[in-house]
Amino acid sequence: MITLEFVNVLMGIMMVGIAIVNVRDTTNAKRYNNAAFWGIYGVTFLAGSYLPNFVNGLLVLAMVSIVAIGKLGGAPPEQTTRAERELSAAKWGNRLFIPALTIPAVALLGTFTLKGLHLNGVALVDPKQVTLISLGLATVVALVVGVVMLRPPASAPIVEARRLMDAVSWAAVLPQMLAALGAMFALAGVGPIVAGILARWIPLDTTFVVVATYTIGMALFTSIMGNAFAAFPVMTAAIGLPLIVHRFGGNVVIMAAVGMLSGFCGTLLTPMAANFNIVPAALLELPDQHAVIKVQVPTALMLLVANTAIMYLFAFR
Amino acid sequence: MLPLIGILIVVVGFALRFNPLVVVAVAAIATGIAAGHATIDVISAFGKAFIDSRSVPVVWLALPVIGLLERSGLKERARIVISRIHVATTGRLLLAYLALRQITASLGLVSLGGHPQMVRPLVAPMAEAAAETRWGELPERTRYRVRAHAAAADNIGLFFGEDIFIAIGSILLIRGFLDQNGIHVEPQDLAVWAIPTAVCAFVIHGTRLLLLDRSLKAEIDDERAP
Repeated sequence: MITLEFVNVLMGIMMVGIAIVNVRDTTNAKRYNNAAFWGIYGVTFLAGSYLPNFVNGLLVLAMVSIVAIGKLGGAPPEQTTRAERELSAAKWGNRLFIPALTIPAVALLGTFTLKGLHLNGVALVDPKQVTLISLGLATVVALVVGVVMLRPPASAPIVEARRLMDAVSWAAVLPQMLAALGAMFALAGVGPIVAGILARWIPLDTTFVVVATYTIGMALFTSIMGNAFAAFPVMTAAIGLPLIVHRFGGNVVIMAAVGMLSGFCGTLLTPMAANFNIVPAALLELPDQHAVIKVQVPTALMLLVANTAIMYLFAFR
Repeated sequence: MLPLIGILIVVVGFALRFNPLVVVAVAAIATGIAAGHATIDVISAFGKAFIDSRSVPVVWLALPVIGLLERSGLKERARIVISRIHVATTGRLLLAYLALRQITASLGLVSLGGHPQMVRPLVAPMAEAAAETRWGELPERTRYRVRAHAAAADNIGLFFGEDIFIAIGSILLIRGFLDQNGIHVEPQDLAVWAIPTAVCAFVIHGTRLLLLDRSLKAEIDDERAP
């Protein structure tokens, strides 16, 4: 059976490859830092499932120390000149889009078809991880299509991957680090403590105040945790169910659906939701790492008001 | 109260613009220690949580092929295509992408977008090209603003589209949570009540995008004023 380990091995190979390209790049003064950072990250993918948790923890702390003490070097310049790329763009035309669009096409196809495939009575692909495995598979197919079509030098894919990876730099690891922080918060019981504080300090005796506390609380708590999924159970157990539904007789479906969407407004506002807000800023080479959040703030706030109105107007009819 | 030290570290660390990766790691370790666990156990739990989250960065697997295509002129091609469509402005283009992202996400097709696969190689260069076709070379800050808007359209389209699809993670989470509390709800009812917010999101953000062209023009004029 193909499991998530398949995706881990692909990631590990890519990270180790990026580390090797870095070591060989004598133009980068920080090349050993970058190589160690991506190399250790590669090890967590290749060997993480087999190493003791404590060793994995030390590996992550080593990566963090490299960033904190040694700093990472930036991305190298592009390997081709603008004139070369324009010439190539004219030569290939819209066919250049084919490999790029292969990724979503194969990922979707895989999601729909791989689930049902069996070999000798065993599922070919872990049914719980079909989407991620399909995405991993799709990137491999797209790369093969790209290489066959463009016939680049053999080193080009990994050299280019290194250029983009070093442009994103440490931000590439931040979403995963935040997921780990979320797990530590859960271990320490942070959620119930925050909900308890909210419930104790706000006078929750009118419908509107309760609804607004819930929607704004969802957004606020999502901003802190970086994830509406972490905020939902805590806020709904503290305010949504006991007050909106049980005391004031609100509709549970509307409370839950709109409550979750209020949390999504919070996701638009916070650097803690790094993969949506910080990573694209790095990926698009924006000098201000909060540039994407700044653009999203007006929409998020207006939508939070809209959500509060929707819940207040429809949940109690 | 002591476990809240992690939140304090994150808020202060981000505000002082320390490296976020370092801030988050320190907050994670501090939270564990403040909750009264031994240091070795905290590092183990932290290592396990990090390893268990290895599927989070899977989109980076797209980088070799995206980089390869960029090397061969993908962004330049995206610009050429958009500069030939004369009605295309930055705002209208991003509005179209917002609609496409919301509709496909509501059908469960969430992988038809994303920052590494779609925004960096296609949407952002197209949005920039649409502005350049009208106004020529863009000032730096306008260029960055257009790019940030391309990323934002992807996020907003995804968040306020996906919840209309009944088998998405958030709907499953809501059902699971309510089930544990003895309340049974149907996924399609939850999905239906995601629609009013989805419409509001499209109207609010769509209006902002239509106003964006004028605001970009003003910014460019301002920048070029002697």
